Amino acid sequence: MTEHTPLLEIDGVTKAFPGVVANDGVSFSIRAGEVHALLGENGAGKSTLVKMIYGLVRPDAGRMRLHDAAYEPRDPSEARAQGVGMVFQHFSLFDALDVAENIALGMDDPPPQRRLARRIEEVSHDYGLPLDPARLVGDLSAGEQQRVEIIRCLLQNPKLLIMDEPTSVLTPQEVEILFTTLRKLAAEGTAILYISHKLEEIRALCDHATILRGGKVVDTCLPGEKSAREMAEMMVGARLNTPARAETQPGDVLLEVSELSVTPATPFGTKLHDISLQLRAGEVLGVGGVSGNGQDELLAALSGETRLPKSEIVFKGRPIGASGPNARRAMGVLSAPEERLGHAAAPDMTLTENALLSGAVREGLARRGFIAWRKARAFAERIIAAHDVRTPGPEVAARALSGGNLQKFVMGREIQQRPEVLIVNQPTWGVDAQAAAAIRQALLDLSAAGAGVLVISQDLDELMEITDRFAALNAGQLSAPRPTRGLTMEQVGLMLGGAHDMEVAHETA
Amino acid sequence: MDLSAIDPLVLAASLMIAATPIMLAGIGELISEKAGVLNLGVEGMMITGAITGFAIAVQTGNPYLGMIAAMAGGAALALIFAVLTQLLLANHVASGLALTLFGLGFSSLLGQPYVGVRPPRTFKLEIPVLSDIPVLGRVLFQHDLIVYISVIVVALVWYFLKYTRAGLILRAVGENHDAAHALGYGVVKVRFLAILFGGATAGLGGAYLSLVRVPQWTEGMTAGAGWIALALVVFASWRPWRVLLGAYLFGGIVVLQLNLQAAGVRVPVEYLAMSPYLITILVLVIISSDRARASLAAPGSLNRIFHASH
Repeated sequence: MTEHTPLLEIDGVTKAFPGVVANDGVSFSIRAGEVHALLGENGAGKSTLVKMIYGLVRPDAGRMRLHDAAYEPRDPSEARAQGVGMVFQHFSLFDALDVAENIALGMDDPPPQRRLARRIEEVSHDYGLPLDPARLVGDLSAGEQQRVEIIRCLLQNPKLLIMDEPTSVLTPQEVEILFTTLRKLAAEGTAILYISHKLEEIRALCDHATILRGGKVVDTCLPGEKSAREMAEMMVGARLNTPARAETQPGDVLLEVSELSVTPATPFGTKLHDISLQLRAGEVLGVGGVSGNGQDELLAALSGETRLPKSEIVFKGRPIGASGPNARRAMGVLSAPEERLGHAAAPDMTLTENALLSGAVREGLARRGFIAWRKARAFAERIIAAHDVRTPGPEVAARALSGGNLQKFVMGREIQQRPEVLIVNQPTWGVDAQAAAAIRQALLDLSAAGAGVLVISQDLDELMEITDRFAALNAGQLSAPRPTRGLTMEQVGLMLGGAHDMEVAHETA
Repeated sequence: MDLSAIDPLVLAASLMIAATPIMLAGIGELISEKAGVLNLGVEGMMITGAITGFAIAVQTGNPYLGMIAAMAGGAALALIFAVLTQLLLANHVASGLALTLFGLGFSSLLGQPYVGVRPPRTFKLEIPVLSDIPVLGRVLFQHDLIVYISVIVVALVWYFLKYTRAGLILRAVGENHDAAHALGYGVVKVRFLAILFGGATAGLGGAYLSLVRVPQWTEGMTAGAGWIALALVVFASWRPWRVLLGAYLFGGIVVLQLNLQAAGVRVPVEYLAMSPYLITILVLVIISSDRARASLAAPGSLNRIFHASH
């Protein structure tokens, strides 16, 4: 095959689901050895498109050609047989099975376990991603789990590798290692289709980019020649506002955590060791770190879901460690957890009911055990109006909202209760650029009004943008916070504990 | 009271018989739970197996045809459950309870003509040479065919789960059905087969009660054996050999309390009769007290409804 014939050609592919056209006449092509970015907001149709290439969804119309022959995979195993591999955004891994078993499940004709284990060690070393085939996947870090996915694909010598948001769970150093691996693969002639929200990464890695909006290809570009902002505006189709903040001086200490230690309730949880921090009025404190390092446990401890010895958390001089969430809400300590559906909101209940669940105490929505429905609805409507939540009305089930809109709702629900301290975990996880900017702006406004805001996030760009001080949470331990202004990504990476001895492997590879 | 009347050898031999029904039902439920399906209908499938097996054995005069019919009967009931939960996405717990209630009622309807009838006898299979070994021979090798089959089934299930690709896929489906689907495995198909297997072994366990252990038909004769089998799977932390161990433990207690009753121990009969159940509860409490360990052993997608959507 010459350089100029495309490896994969997508021609006018269309796919409609009830109520929405996910892909509308999408065309683009990838050559061998090319790293091709697929850009777009949430709901732009990227996922549906790659699922069609991987055989999980079948197109309604249009043609796909691979190696200059018609390509119509009926299921993933057929796609794999033709040399298409995929690394999923939410890992398709099995926690209770070991690495070799996980990899065997992703292959159509795996060799016997012992030979497979040897192959895993070889290939993982060649690409600088060392893995122990006998370890349980549930015990691995997110970066290592991703390696399992990648090795699973590499063992089948793919011609095209699809990567859906691969870096969202990695530290900066781990991202570097992943890029080195991907460049090596591309140099060997593998085409890579790369989906990401992180535009700087796309500029660093990708040769071409195709931009989707509302299921249609709206533009293409050479990422090296465009700025991240230009690409973001192509995705959104509008100008973007960067969150702005007023200069404020931090006030008194509102929340003080001292030597907090928590043993998790589940075997795959993380133990928190001796966490101490101070949160002042009017500041935004960022806690960075890759998910699974104690973020959920920290939020549960601060929100009151996990009960602690009284004195480990002090709010304005009052020990509240032993108080539950409602008692803390009454005092003004509010929180919003990471998981939108199921933790922050009850999926099948309406927005009004969800507003009531958290707002009942502070907004006086219940009286002597009876619900004040009219006030609850008014509260929900206030949230919807103030935070631009796109919904037909407050009587819609939470599940029916898109991720970004529901996130705006659950964040707005806490912000509208005028907290003195707000703790949020992953406030913009999986939310598109515009909604994310709105949520960040709301958090900044809240702190400008004198509240203390604690943001737990694995999106480092986000933390750099909105926080005053930054601390890293790694393996259940919190580093000493440092002023965010002037921190470089390099320093942040080191605070996060580097890449967990991954560099060594690359030097030997 | 005369404890010398209790012969430890007879006790050991009869505990294997007492354990066989729950072991069969338990190992089937284990497969179904490993695939991520909690089927609370074990009791219903057992008693359906007990009556279909009994009826066919009486009609044909052949107990082994009865056993096969029992497996078909248990599987037929399981099929209802599979259709409800896998195709119609009904709630597992409610469907399982309904299955048990339906099985109990339906079996007593079918069983009307068979009350008081004696089934054809099943013969003991004395394994040559081995059964002549003193002590051990009498305890281990003078049983009927089903006792041996039940042990073989446990061994096969263990081998299947540990060493075969199909077993790996089954575990994967139970562990994370979304991931298994994303990799292109037929979650619903795997679960259907697992549920049917569970129904067949539960049916066989039930027929063993009505054809060998008792042997006659009475309404509600499983008397909670299905629930014990369910507890057994948790007790075994989803491992096949521990199902065997747990079943023999429970069987031992059942047989021992019967013997103690016969020996005239001065404890009210009711207390003796409830002792196996009390001990089961106790064991479950002790095992579950370590919450972290218990949740690690359970399949990750157990009791979650799978719905393929893109």
